[in-house]
Amino acid sequence: MTDLLTVQGLTKAYPGVVANDDVSFSIAPGEIHALLGENGAGKSTLVKMIYGLVKPDSGHMRLHGEAFAPPEPRAARAAGVAMVFQHFSLFEALTVAENVGLGMENPPPMRELSREIREVSHAYGLPLDPRRLVGDLSAGERQRVEIVRCLLQDPKLLIMDEPTSVLTPQEVEILFATLNKLKAEGTSILYISHKLEEIRALCDGATILRRGKVVGACDPRERSAAELAELMVGQALHRPDRPPASTGEVVLQVAGLTSEHVATFGTRLQNIGFEVRSGEVLGIGGVAGNGQDELLSALSGETVGASETVRLRGKPVGHLGPNARRTLGLLAAPEERLGHAAAPDMSLTENAVLSGWQRQDLTRQGFVFWGKARGFAETIIQSFDVRTPGPGVAARALSGGNLQKFVIGREILQRPDVLVVNQPTWGVDAAAAAAIRQAILDLAAQGAAVIVISQDLDELLEVSDRFAALNAGHLSAPRPAKGLSMEQIGLMLGGAHDMDVAHTDEAQYIKKTYVEHRP
Amino acid sequence: MIALEKRPTPSTFWTWATPVLAVLLTMIAGGLMFALLGKNPFLAIKTIFYDPILGEFAFYYRGQLLVKAGPLILIAVGLAMGFRAGIWNIGAEGQYIMGAICGAAVGLAFYPTESWLIFPLMVIAGAAGGLVWAMIPAILKVRFNTNEILVSLLLVYVAEQLLAAMALGPLRNPEASGFPGSRNLQQYPSAANLELIPGTGAHWGVVAALVAVIFAYILLSRHLTGFHIRLAGQSPRAARFGGVNPTALVVFCMGLSGALAGMAGLFEVAGPAGQISIDFNSGYGFTAIIVAFLGRLHPIGILLAGLLMALTYIGGEAAQATLQIPAAAIQAFQGMLLFFLLGLDVFANYRIRLTKREGVA
Repeated sequence: MTDLLTVQGLTKAYPGVVANDDVSFSIAPGEIHALLGENGAGKSTLVKMIYGLVKPDSGHMRLHGEAFAPPEPRAARAAGVAMVFQHFSLFEALTVAENVGLGMENPPPMRELSREIREVSHAYGLPLDPRRLVGDLSAGERQRVEIVRCLLQDPKLLIMDEPTSVLTPQEVEILFATLNKLKAEGTSILYISHKLEEIRALCDGATILRRGKVVGACDPRERSAAELAELMVGQALHRPDRPPASTGEVVLQVAGLTSEHVATFGTRLQNIGFEVRSGEVLGIGGVAGNGQDELLSALSGETVGASETVRLRGKPVGHLGPNARRTLGLLAAPEERLGHAAAPDMSLTENAVLSGWQRQDLTRQGFVFWGKARGFAETIIQSFDVRTPGPGVAARALSGGNLQKFVIGREILQRPDVLVVNQPTWGVDAAAAAAIRQAILDLAAQGAAVIVISQDLDELLEVSDRFAALNAGHLSAPRPAKGLSMEQIGLMLGGAHDMDVAHTDEAQYIKKTYVEHRP
Repeated sequence: MIALEKRPTPSTFWTWATPVLAVLLTMIAGGLMFALLGKNPFLAIKTIFYDPILGEFAFYYRGQLLVKAGPLILIAVGLAMGFRAGIWNIGAEGQYIMGAICGAAVGLAFYPTESWLIFPLMVIAGAAGGLVWAMIPAILKVRFNTNEILVSLLLVYVAEQLLAAMALGPLRNPEASGFPGSRNLQQYPSAANLELIPGTGAHWGVVAALVAVIFAYILLSRHLTGFHIRLAGQSPRAARFGGVNPTALVVFCMGLSGALAGMAGLFEVAGPAGQISIDFNSGYGFTAIIVAFLGRLHPIGILLAGLLMALTYIGGEAAQATLQIPAAAIQAFQGMLLFFLLGLDVFANYRIRLTKREGVA
């Protein structure tokens, strides 16, 4: 049996990062093939090349044994490749049938189309009323519209990008039944996900990507979730030797931290508790969107809560805003560089004032010493090797890595007692990332307590003394990072930590102190 | 294909060149419009821009220039503070009316007592009137998250009704045998806002406008509050990270713009207008919005924009009187000025690039 799609040596580089490096794999007819990898592993770039949205730098593909290089999605669709995106492209004010018709080259008359939609959707167990407005549909139903839209093209290969992230468990079951039905009819499916149990239940084969490279292929039904996790994050996890941290007293203590208000699409923090000692780096792992932003805001003081939820050297600070916390020595560097950590249209000098005016003593009676502020910006630029013509340049003119060095440097040079950083090296080239990690380690060595929130497990294991996972707003009990096996990390990240969280000594201790300190 | 490409850093050249270019383009397009109306375009442009300053009857117009520019600048400076922070006070006209009512009421309450204290008290009352009126949208915004644009705008119409009620009721001149309108404050020396230098039109309101420009300039460029105002307008999340208290900022900006608009109303009612009348307000509060943007929300820019705007008003009136150009054409002409300025603004942040046509995914 010849393969439906063969991918040979695909490479795609973006400035500063190789998204796909010599990627090869193949899909048989009627196979559900999983593409497995962490965020940023290169899964999306790979399928965009198959769907004709991105042109590969080198390598080639074959579909039905013939050369396949779609210049645009239309060509890919004509060849029998369909894709359901993670984010839907539907018009809420139009009906289901109108939305489906809009995506077609030559839509049949509306009545005909409605009949087809009704037939196809029923045949695959995805009932849809073509007359309903998309705006009234649930996320699962909207996904059905996208799937039916694809099915009407009679595809040979259906690509699904993280399809279950928006679905309820019941909807996931329905979707899986549909995909199995398609498979029985001979349609191949390329299924992208990082949810291991799903892949084990659904897929026949899997290609595992890590940092743009294929690091393995396997039959997921024969592997355990822990084995898959190990493949996904890599076995060769080496961390540089560094002197065992001489940790001191507890500097930051967080207990019973639960979000009071949650923004639309935000995640509610659920009873988060941990503590960090001076000289220690606590790594917090997890997929973005599981409460990372909310945790940073709660620690930086952008969102305030009950005073005893956050304690700095025993002093309750949970009710204080960012300025008051900075004065006390609790500093933060948010994930979003432009628009959160820095104002894009303001100069680096102004951005140095943004969070540095108190501790660097840049004002008197509210009047800003711009000369002194400029000096502080220049010091940051020099100490952290920020590549820029000078401190008068707007923040948006800097590359991601350089601005990140500036932002991290701005906080570190203020000699914090506690520093919280979120995704410190996201989108940053390797050299800058290494410099930032080293700076974080140096800060801890000088006696500061550091919290690093990141999606990059390698990074966390490299810098952390202890490791905890953030999942759907819950934080697992931190464990020593040294000696932590990949299986344990996989379980912590997979949300299975609920069962062991209450048993560790530290969790008990934190719980106890929290109860004791409540008024 | 023509593509707009974002500049890495805003262009300093274009920031300063656009106002000049906008005035030139307005002259060209406006001249064309006047020509199509059958008027001599060169004469019309000269009547609007040249005659009020250097023409034969300039001695009359020159005084008018500062009289008109004063309140525009005073109000616009306050509004610009809020606009910079992303707080949209559209109801300066209402705050202007309330300032005039409160200030005039204080003056009329003392009539006919003479004391040098009366005028300063009136100024304070005027500022307080505008401030309190602006606090209504401010507090509704911070408490209930209402939209300050709508509330402040709708309060203009409430203020207009109050104005009419005052002119017909409590503040009516008891010696005017039933005619609406208050006593004329210009005939009450302790309350009159007189011309300080004869022939210039400069009254206390013009002095206040200059002080406001200097104050705003220092606030924005040297003070942390001004830095936070700019920060909040440019990136609200960064402002929150920087410890800016959004509630305090809304109250400060609305309060400042309201107080300045109220003061402008008082200076007008005690000076050029002289009395509270049913139709005392003449749209300064709305025109000041245009002046604020014309001056690119910068105090010095607003000073120049206020003078330019006053010039087009006075020149426009002159052109209506001497050349019989219709009033609508003058309004269209003023509209062109704003249109060209905002249109050219694109070049401060973007540059044009000619590209080959190609399919971009």
